[in-house]
Amino acid sequence: MNFLQTLRVALRAIFRNKLRAFLTTLGIVIGVAAVIAMMAIGAGAKAQVEQAFAAMGTNLLIIQPGSSSASGVRGGFGSQPTLTWDDFAAIRDEVPSVRAAAPMLRSSLPVISEEQNWTTSVTGTSPDYFDVRTWPIDQGASFTQSDIDSGAKVVVLGATVVEKLYGPNASCVGSFVRIGNIPFQVVGVAAKKGQSATGQDYDDAAFVPYTTFAQKVQGGLGKYLHGSIMVAAESAAATTRAQSDISALLRERHHLTRADDDDFQLRNLSEIASAQQQGTDTMTTLLASVAAVSLFVGGIGIMNIMLVSVTERTREIGIRMAVGAKPKHILAQFLIEALSLSTAGGFIGVGLGVGVATWLAGKFHWPMLIQPDVITVSVGFSALVGIVFGLYPARKASQLDPIDALRFE
Amino acid sequence: MVDITKVYTTGDVELRALDGVSLHVEEREFVAIMGTSGSGKSTLMNIVGCLDRPTTGTYELAGRHVSGMSKDELAEVRGHFLGFVFQQFNLLARTSAIENVELPLVYAGTPSRERRKRAIAALERVGLGHRLEHHPNQLSGGQQQRVAIARAIVNNPKVILADEPTGALDSRTSVEVMALFQELSDQGITIVVVTHEPDIASYASRVVAMKDGRIQSDERQVPRRAVSQSGAAE
Repeated sequence: MNFLQTLRVALRAIFRNKLRAFLTTLGIVIGVAAVIAMMAIGAGAKAQVEQAFAAMGTNLLIIQPGSSSASGVRGGFGSQPTLTWDDFAAIRDEVPSVRAAAPMLRSSLPVISEEQNWTTSVTGTSPDYFDVRTWPIDQGASFTQSDIDSGAKVVVLGATVVEKLYGPNASCVGSFVRIGNIPFQVVGVAAKKGQSATGQDYDDAAFVPYTTFAQKVQGGLGKYLHGSIMVAAESAAATTRAQSDISALLRERHHLTRADDDDFQLRNLSEIASAQQQGTDTMTTLLASVAAVSLFVGGIGIMNIMLVSVTERTREIGIRMAVGAKPKHILAQFLIEALSLSTAGGFIGVGLGVGVATWLAGKFHWPMLIQPDVITVSVGFSALVGIVFGLYPARKASQLDPIDALRFE
Repeated sequence: MVDITKVYTTGDVELRALDGVSLHVEEREFVAIMGTSGSGKSTLMNIVGCLDRPTTGTYELAGRHVSGMSKDELAEVRGHFLGFVFQQFNLLARTSAIENVELPLVYAGTPSRERRKRAIAALERVGLGHRLEHHPNQLSGGQQQRVAIARAIVNNPKVILADEPTGALDSRTSVEVMALFQELSDQGITIVVVTHEPDIASYASRVVAMKDGRIQSDERQVPRRAVSQSGAAE
């Protein structure tokens, strides 16, 4: 009796009870489908975080001024200006691990074109900002160092702002907008960058020279930098070193002793992103374990129906034994039957899981990510479930006494 | 070729189904084992058929000691030396006649081509060459029993064991079945039939009567010739 013959006998037994076989495999189907769908969703969400992460930059640091403390009330970071323009210049010019640095003076202001107005985040910065963010200019050009020096009233608009003020795909370079009540000439439009990991639209922004911003919005360019500094390290790997270098430099410049706390805050953006990624990982693991439990329950279902099947076919087992079947033949027959059930369930589950994942990916605009190894593992696992849970009923069948089996009514 | 001495006990209470039975069956003999229910004839049959093992005593089949064999070895003996015919036919339901007949060859590991050939030959021998693809529920009782006989002879056994083979058949088909057994006996197969009907036993060349687990009488006789009315035997 070879494998193929045994398989044929097993398949025939399954097809005799189509509905029962289908219901039996349902547990496995749902389990495998859940695993596939969950893994795909997890991978999709992760890829989305990674995309956002890449859009933000993997090598960015943000330096914010420290907090004020007056009669016990402690303000948040940035409530007291402690960063000076000299600090900024020192960070930009003296720290070797820093590739570029730009100030960020930020305020939410209405931007008004001839037809429309739109309130957006207006940032006073230097041309280096676009380098720090690796953010190309789509139309026109960035403002220049001479615009900074002269405090020119020029602006680079984000793609969303252009869309709100001029409509989609409009060309607006050279036209004038008012920010507050001051007319600015549009010199460039930044390329579309997309969303941040927290869902914030990067393109909903306008950029002006920091000197202009300080004078027109903040009421003068003084010693202190009323905002934060964004720094790009040489590479993602150099980010941690840049962080400690900048920290050391600022502590020295601010004459802080060993006992003093930092009067500034250094934030590594990759840390935020990785924390978020960890969140998705946890979620994926959780969902996968729910799916594993469902597979286990499916296995019990198979065991149950195999036990019923053995009892039902006791007489058949007796006949087979009487004509020369050895216990191992009977064992193989029932084991392969259980295996066929669970594996079929596994394959149906893969189909269903891929379907659900595709549907969800389409619905939430996620990248569709189904790793082949997940499919292999879940089909393999369902086969394993079949063997493990089929073994007991099959053994029971093979250990039957031929006489008892033949007499069984 | 069979030499049996055995005491068989069963159940929680010691029940002597067979109490010191000794029997020697020659090759080519047609033996009928008679007895009322509870006489131990079926138990004896099960032991002879290697379906059961005696509690004590030894059993030799074709010069081989069966008593000490493992389950696998017993299965092998059943598959190669013995053929079974049961009262309730015991055919696999929803399985065609030819596949039922092929079953012993499947477990004996015969290649599928030869299997089919031999199964067809066996079915033709019992006069069912035209019913190959019929399922048991499409066949009459007599036809089902003939399929079972075909299954019993397909592996060219030395011995055919029949447990009340006519118990579920009417008298006319019973005669047909017995005619078939006589023909097989003439061809050199040893046949052991268990029955409680003296009429059926009269077709055998030797009648062993059992009572309460013991052999009561053991007589040789001239068998009555069964005339097959359907011509299935020829």
